[in-house]
Amino acid sequence: MISKIRVLVGKPGLDGHDRGAKVVAAALRDAGMEVIYTGLHQTCESIVEAAVQEDVHVIGLSILSGAHMTIFPRILKLLRASKAKDIMVIGGGIIPADDMKKLQRIGVHKLFGPGTPTSEIVDWIKDNAVKPKRPTTRKKKSVRKKVKKQVRKKIKKKSKG
Amino acid sequence: MKKEEWYEKSKTCKERNTDFSTVSGVPIKVLYTPDDIADMEHDRDLGYPGEFPYVRGVYTNMYRGRLWTMRQFSGFGTPKDTNRRYKYLLGHGQTGLSVAFDFPTLYGRDSDDSFAHGEVGKCGVAIDSLRDMEVLFDGIPLDRISTSMTINPPAAMLLAMYIVVGEKQNIPAQILTGTIQNDMLKEYQAQKTWIYPPEPSMRIISDILEYCSEHVPKWNTISISGYHIREAGSTALQELAFTLKNGFTYVEHGIKAGLSVDKFAPRLSFFFNSHLDFFEEIAKYRAARRIWARMMREKYRAQDPRSYLMRFHTQTAGCTLTAQQPENNIIRTAYQALSAVLGGTQSLHTNSMDETYALPTEKAAKIALRTQQLLAYESGVAHTIDPLGGSYYIESLTNELEQGAYKYFEKIDKLGGVVRAIDKGFFQKEISRSAYSYQKALEQKTKYHVGVNIFEEDEKAEIEILKISPQVEKVQRSQLKKLKRDRNGKRVREKLLMLRKAASDGENLMPRILDCVREYATLGEMCNTLKEEFGVYHEPIIF
Amino acid sequence: MKGRQRETVKGIRALLAGEKRTIARIISAVESEDSEEILEHIFPHSGSAYHVGITGPPGAGKSTLVSAIAKRLLGKRKKVGIIAVDPSSPFSGGALLGDRVRMTDLALDENVFIRSMASRGSLGGLAQATKDVALVLDAAGMDYILIETIGVGQVELDIAQVCDTTVVVLVPESGDSIQAMKAGLLEIADIMVVNKGDREGCERLLTELKFAFEMREQKVGWDYPILKTTATEDEGVEELVVAIESHASYLSKTGRLEDERKKKLLLRIHELIEKRIRFHLKENIMPERDIIKLLDKMYERKLNPYRIAGQIARRIIRLADRRFV
Repeated sequence: MISKIRVLVGKPGLDGHDRGAKVVAAALRDAGMEVIYTGLHQTCESIVEAAVQEDVHVIGLSILSGAHMTIFPRILKLLRASKAKDIMVIGGGIIPADDMKKLQRIGVHKLFGPGTPTSEIVDWIKDNAVKPKRPTTRKKKSVRKKVKKQVRKKIKKKSKG
Repeated sequence: MKKEEWYEKSKTCKERNTDFSTVSGVPIKVLYTPDDIADMEHDRDLGYPGEFPYVRGVYTNMYRGRLWTMRQFSGFGTPKDTNRRYKYLLGHGQTGLSVAFDFPTLYGRDSDDSFAHGEVGKCGVAIDSLRDMEVLFDGIPLDRISTSMTINPPAAMLLAMYIVVGEKQNIPAQILTGTIQNDMLKEYQAQKTWIYPPEPSMRIISDILEYCSEHVPKWNTISISGYHIREAGSTALQELAFTLKNGFTYVEHGIKAGLSVDKFAPRLSFFFNSHLDFFEEIAKYRAARRIWARMMREKYRAQDPRSYLMRFHTQTAGCTLTAQQPENNIIRTAYQALSAVLGGTQSLHTNSMDETYALPTEKAAKIALRTQQLLAYESGVAHTIDPLGGSYYIESLTNELEQGAYKYFEKIDKLGGVVRAIDKGFFQKEISRSAYSYQKALEQKTKYHVGVNIFEEDEKAEIEILKISPQVEKVQRSQLKKLKRDRNGKRVREKLLMLRKAASDGENLMPRILDCVREYATLGEMCNTLKEEFGVYHEPIIF
Repeated sequence: MKGRQRETVKGIRALLAGEKRTIARIISAVESEDSEEILEHIFPHSGSAYHVGITGPPGAGKSTLVSAIAKRLLGKRKKVGIIAVDPSSPFSGGALLGDRVRMTDLALDENVFIRSMASRGSLGGLAQATKDVALVLDAAGMDYILIETIGVGQVELDIAQVCDTTVVVLVPESGDSIQAMKAGLLEIADIMVVNKGDREGCERLLTELKFAFEMREQKVGWDYPILKTTATEDEGVEELVVAIESHASYLSKTGRLEDERKKKLLLRIHELIEKRIRFHLKENIMPERDIIKLLDKMYERKLNPYRIAGQIARRIIRLADRRFV
């Protein structure tokens, strides 16, 4: 069976403008992703809980109400509390540039401004949403060990030389 | 040259596009001729301004008599902040007020509600009680200004507050003029600001219609809005059809509630979007007037000609503004304003160039207002009525839109009417599909948006942005705390209990709400009281 | 190998403790890869959850009903797992899963776990994947597992048959019981529900259903309830929960619960064997690429598929004989 990128698309807070969220959700579906749409007027708590239970790679939030400086930090905090830091948080909406910078500094992975083509969002997720879905597999470990050994050898050689 | 010959010749000319269609996707022919309006009869289908079927305008001399009302939608921060902005705009020649409320207010929640956190004063002004409303209109005489309030589920409460502010200024409700949006149907369809399920919402609306027809006779009780339907992504035709069908649904509800149609229909007004496609928009307004007049006379048997008049406010399309090269928005908005004026609007809001970033700064808001003043005083477009009337293209588009709307009406009737179709997600599906296909058209570059998918620039635009301080929320909360301490809590509780009782007994809610307002019950308290009786709405999920 | 086992055991321990992040992770693993190793570890801890399938046409209000049922069960201090299955897009393989929207009231309840599943195009595999996901929730200590599917095709019927009790939901305007009968929905129903009972046409539908059920061969001792609910108003939900409980007690009293579950285990064994053999065949015995080489000749009609299939099959059987006999 196939592994799929899973994305939660959410509308936190009171703002009801869901055109963007729905367009993005449809575009992600058409790009082969599984999109969990949580509907309007969600609390940060219910969004994070849903993201955990649905085991998504990415949470995408659409905020047009100006409440982004309240909502994003709260989401990040709740994710940390749920030991789900590895779930990426991205967003879109009306977010001034300096707020964008601040948010990215505290851990929001990516923010898309108005007019972003959906293909850009799709590509970004595809490039970034690869995390090990299961506890690390054996193969990777052994590969890592091999690399380590080789590096050690090289270092030894160098120090000898 | 003969017609056929010309068409043959035109086919040999190479075209710059393979597809010519309106922004809504309606194909456009290379040329329109008398053939395209051959079935049209002047007196029957066009008539004269101020006369049935009102295609050319609702008043006899239109802008020759009085220009449209320049009504800029605004509100932010605390009531004090907004009051200052209103005085600024009125000082610069604005002729009507239009209140933008913040999200908590729009949803009937107080500033100290947990859901309000981070949203207080952000997208509009925060109003928690009569106290805030008094500050909002401080020094603005309500008898000399008309006020439009974009408010839906808690419309009754905000109107009540306005009436009481009037009382305190010694202005009787009888002479107050203005509009509440109060259009819940489009909320379920597009704008998604709701509290109660559709049925109790419709009942509240009927209560308002009934109360106002008696006590606030000059008030526009519902502003039936296509604006938000369009912003959510519909086409022009969908905006037209859904809005008018909603209008007829309110008419049917009023009649069912026992009101005579001519008693409330003259107080219904409309609110449309003015989008990118210049001609399509003009045709839309013209078609809307004709459909409304025809249906009101023929189907709903209205006798009073005022019931036939489709009066409307227009706002330029917020969703067409771009964050890229924001100054372009000034030009975009100007074209959209022009089509609204050529379409015969009664009032107009022009968007500010910075609105994809935040609420407008004072400067941006002034440029937006000046855009309208240029049209009114410099361009000459307001010197004659419906200057595009008779254009083969415009008339043909008008006819097409009208016919398209009738088809939608039939479809909606088959689904069991508007409320049932909402429940089935019909509108939501139609709108989100149109939104998605428009987005796809932009990405495939079959449609263009300057600065977004053509003539893009790399550099970031530097424009000034209005920031709402988090202080606003603190101020509102502490004011609210103080209010609750100072008022007579016992009387508030009594009045709220009576409101609850009226809700369950089916008594008209307006007088009870006015009682609550006079005692400084908060918006949240009133809305929550009704929630206990009416329950809350959950959206159906439709893509 | 030891490292991985240790990880798995650790994971299983967290799962059994009901740790939500782990449950979610294991479901993903089970959903997307060959996960028999994990399932082997989980299986001994399962078997105590009661499975209820809720199926019906789109727009019947299933999610709202599931939500209302779950609320009642939570009120009885039960732990509830919910699996909401929706179709994947046949074109892109993606899916829009919106069932949670109807369940927001439950979202933060500690004793609920909601998982949306897309069908992922694998027709035969979907029922299996759903079973596996249910197994995970079962081991995680859920008392009830509610599985919601759109009842439109065979696949959904298969999923419904994973369950101990199957509830079929119709609405007055989804019309006609005829459609439901055609889709085979009535045959799999243990309980029939007409939702949106406040709607016009409800009584007529109830009558039609009663008639249809009278025609249906009655299983001994179980009188198919036909209930009316208005899930949005929480009306009739208590009766539905009671009906589910009495179906459960009917099954266990008559010994049918054990019989049916054993039947399902037998079926599971069959499926797993088939799956393994199919995999083995494809990979080792008759690699696709070998057959593809012959396609040109078949296309030119120099070879025929019947003979080739026969030859390959005989070879497989000979191989199998040598190994097992």
